[in-house]
Amino acid sequence: MSSPDPTPEGESRELTMAQAIREAIAEEMRRDSSVFVMGEDVAEAGTPFKVLSGLVEEFGPERVIDTPISEPGFTGMGVGAAMTGRRPVVDIMFGDFLGLVMDQVANQAAKVHYMSGGKLSVPLTIRTTMGASRRSAAQHSQSLHAWVSHIPGLKVVLPSTPYDAKGLMKTAIRDNSPVVFFEDKMNYQQRGQVPVAEYTIPLGVADIKRPGKDVTVIATSSMVLVAMEAAEVLAQEGIECEVVDPRTTVPLDREALINSVGRTTRAVVVDEGHRSYGVGAELAAVVSEGAFYFLDAPVRRLGAMDVPIPFSPVLEDLTVPTVQGLVDTVRELCGRK
Amino acid sequence: MSEIQATPQVTSAESGPDWQRVYRLMLTIRLFEERANDLYQRKIMPGLAHLSSGEEGVAVGVCTALRDDDYITSTHRGHGHCLAKGASADRMFAELLGKAAGYCGGKGGSMHIADQERGNLGANAIVGGSLGIATGAALSIKQRGSDQVAVSFIGDGALGQGVLYEVMNMASLWKLPIIYVCENNLYGEYTASSETIAGRPIERATAFGIPATEVDGQDVRAVYAATAEAVARARSGGGPAFLWCSTYRYFGHHVGDVDRGYYRSREEEQFWREQRDPISLARVWLEADGLVDAASLEELAEEVTHELDAAVEFAVAAPFPNPDQVATDVFA
Ligand SMILES: Cc1ncc(C[n+]2csc(CCOP(=O)(O)OP(=O)(O)O)c2C)c(N)n1
Ligand SMILES: [Mg+2]
Repeated sequence: MSSPDPTPEGESRELTMAQAIREAIAEEMRRDSSVFVMGEDVAEAGTPFKVLSGLVEEFGPERVIDTPISEPGFTGMGVGAAMTGRRPVVDIMFGDFLGLVMDQVANQAAKVHYMSGGKLSVPLTIRTTMGASRRSAAQHSQSLHAWVSHIPGLKVVLPSTPYDAKGLMKTAIRDNSPVVFFEDKMNYQQRGQVPVAEYTIPLGVADIKRPGKDVTVIATSSMVLVAMEAAEVLAQEGIECEVVDPRTTVPLDREALINSVGRTTRAVVVDEGHRSYGVGAELAAVVSEGAFYFLDAPVRRLGAMDVPIPFSPVLEDLTVPTVQGLVDTVRELCGRK
Repeated sequence: MSEIQATPQVTSAESGPDWQRVYRLMLTIRLFEERANDLYQRKIMPGLAHLSSGEEGVAVGVCTALRDDDYITSTHRGHGHCLAKGASADRMFAELLGKAAGYCGGKGGSMHIADQERGNLGANAIVGGSLGIATGAALSIKQRGSDQVAVSFIGDGALGQGVLYEVMNMASLWKLPIIYVCENNLYGEYTASSETIAGRPIERATAFGIPATEVDGQDVRAVYAATAEAVARARSGGGPAFLWCSTYRYFGHHVGDVDRGYYRSREEEQFWREQRDPISLARVWLEADGLVDAASLEELAEEVTHELDAAVEFAVAAPFPNPDQVATDVFA
């Protein structure tokens, strides 16, 4: 079973995902003077999505550093600063720009601890975005979490709610390994209850977002919302979906996924990365291997089409998994078609 | 050798290009961007729009010194470059609206218009993302023994990208026919370039032995003259050049950037609009030199207005792509 979150008792209030992330970073900056933020337009502008508004006012420009448009350079500096006593939170404005920084991330940050025989470590957090549907075209719409999930040495976080985002961000910053934290642009204004009291959420613990007995829907990031909506529709037809959110792809809570499928005997994976060779494929493989004897049907996978994300709304909307697409898939899986 | 060059003497009106056409192009860009803004505000245009109003002098001055078969690469703020290189407004608007008749069949949108017939290898949504492409086109020109040239438009923000220094080094070593045209509009997004650029920008080019010129980007004659000189040198095997053009964007970084007070002042915006507008400045000397009279400019403005209104109408009425287009063009 999963989700033994140490949900603190007491008061909570509604925050957007953006506010929850900002609060997490601000709390960690207050708690630990070695935490600092670095990236393009992170200070006065508070990032284009206004996620970091107000931080520079509280912590000053020494700890909320506006950089030139030099992603490989400042990401590398994040690695070096992390190796020498700081806890940088590096901001890569769009996940697509991972293309520019992959050497620093995959060949440097991910390798340092292992190559040094455990002597050096890189307590670095990289915040970046993912997600299509904003009519931003092929270079601003990709979901590239599979790239980093593939590289041993990197931890990868994909929050789907304000509550999760805050607790996971705090843990990411405290982690002694490099963590890549993906925020879906479509989720920034999503609201949810967040406790007033401090809490953290461990990496590697999945969360059951909705219990159900008929089929397990494993969903990541904004696809959790798609799954929740689909589950609502399917419930009206008497199909009870269990929506499981792994929350982190590395470390992955395999047990939670396998246990859920063991109970429901059917599984669909929904992830916004491209369908081929992606996170969806890994999640499907984990349950296929781990729950083989329980499965009543092959595991299904929904992901972004294997095409660059097109600009035109009529085309873009075809490329990402939808509520309807998921509903149809689940119906088929349950023999209701 | 790699000297910083004085801004070239402005060519006399008679010996230059067709200045009325130059004026018309600048006006076309201005009115195009106004319509793009309007389409966006009315939610007919999806996505993002980075308008180049105020920067027409650079796009038009540079492209006027180019031939149809010369190459350009462009940026996220690329509508002006595209029009100046000869694209037609109707297919551009269609692309902005994601329509099938657009230059990229609706797949690219505002930030990715490419127009192969006019040598436009494409706008780019990655800052500095087309520097390799443009310099590679220059390598191809040299290998093919052609006398074409390539121009890479970049913003001042691209000075932060390391790839610029890698390609300038190779362009200089191999004497490639490439001109790096940097539009210094004083900001990258919401941050002043003074906070992101150390040292004197053009010395970054001269350090590689590339002749560099500081150009008043609001004076289309000066931009034309500097480009023509660089193009002539590049065509005859003299290698790359770097133009640092001072200019200003009138709108926000993108159309949604309306509260700009935290990064630049109204007075500054007003100064550029009122004192340094490339179109008004051109009009003054065009009239003073007797190249045009006020009446013919009015007529021209009316003509361009009609043309662009028709282009918008075309784009709005045009159909969206067929759904099966989503999976085409992935592989060549
Ligand atoms: C590699 C990269 N980093 C960041 C961005 C986000 N971004 C888009 S435009 C821009 C500013 C570019 O400034 P500049 O080059 O001066 O061009 P301008 O917008 O002023 O025309 C930034 C940071 C991007 N598109 N690509
Ligand atoms: Mg700029």
